[in-house]
Amino acid sequence: MNYFELFKFSPAFDIDTAVLAERYRELQRAVHPDKFANDTEQQRLLSVQRTAQVNDGYQTLKDPIRRAEHMLSLRGIDLSHETTTVKDTAFLMQQMEWREALEDIRDSADPQESIDELYDSFAAYRTKLTKLLTAQLSSGSEEDALLAADQVRKLKFMAKLHDELTRIEDALLD
Amino acid sequence: MAYSEKVIDHYENPRNVGSFDKNDPSVVTGMVGAPACGDVMKLQLKIGADGIIEDAKFKTYGCGSAIASSSLVTEWVKGKTIEQAAAIKNTDIAEELALPPVKIHCSILAEDAIKAAIDEYKSKQAK
Repeated sequence: MNYFELFKFSPAFDIDTAVLAERYRELQRAVHPDKFANDTEQQRLLSVQRTAQVNDGYQTLKDPIRRAEHMLSLRGIDLSHETTTVKDTAFLMQQMEWREALEDIRDSADPQESIDELYDSFAAYRTKLTKLLTAQLSSGSEEDALLAADQVRKLKFMAKLHDELTRIEDALLD
Repeated sequence: MAYSEKVIDHYENPRNVGSFDKNDPSVVTGMVGAPACGDVMKLQLKIGADGIIEDAKFKTYGCGSAIASSSLVTEWVKGKTIEQAAAIKNTDIAEELALPPVKIHCSILAEDAIKAAIDEYKSKQAK
């Protein structure tokens, strides 16, 4: 299933999420099971199926990591089920340092300041990765697609760091 | 999900946590990460002139299974030759720790960490 086609987008990484939300509501209305309440059993089942597709499509396109994974899967690169190990030492060293920084938050003089600094660092790095990803996904070459897959893997590490930081911040506020 | 007793033991009393001085010429480092869960693992080996692994240390950010896998590996590699250490398979680790299928990738990560450290050793030797 090509979700870009379903939502009438050209297959580009940069999509307008406001337009996406609008088309989601339109599609939802068009396929909603209530509309088929008086139709045949088959028609109703189809509507339930299509509703599930529309929901999954929306969740996929809304999230940048899942959207990029979807684009790559349409090109035959499956990232969602892989167990590949990342071996980029410089990148992993940075991940370790950030994980250590997360551990140090609680003991820092101004935890909120440390948290804000880390949010900024994470955001800056994510922006850098996303720029590379956008360019590599827009190129048609196989080589760029494989590089794009690497950016997606790195963005997954960043998503994990971001979750951890949010969790620490929530715990501090409690 | 229930962890096995061995995983809990390694998780609660991890063996050989920490770091060696990375400027020590006998120390090599293997860094690996798993994008699916964001786990990061660092395995350091101290290797003697005779090619025997004298000591090992690890630092892992990840779930209990990832920590247990790396802790176990540091115990296993000590006293082994490079070839013996390179022969450790993720299936050995998964079996010893009774890892469920969804945590097999943690044992793969630990195997890859040994391989990454040995690769660094070999490239150092070649210099």
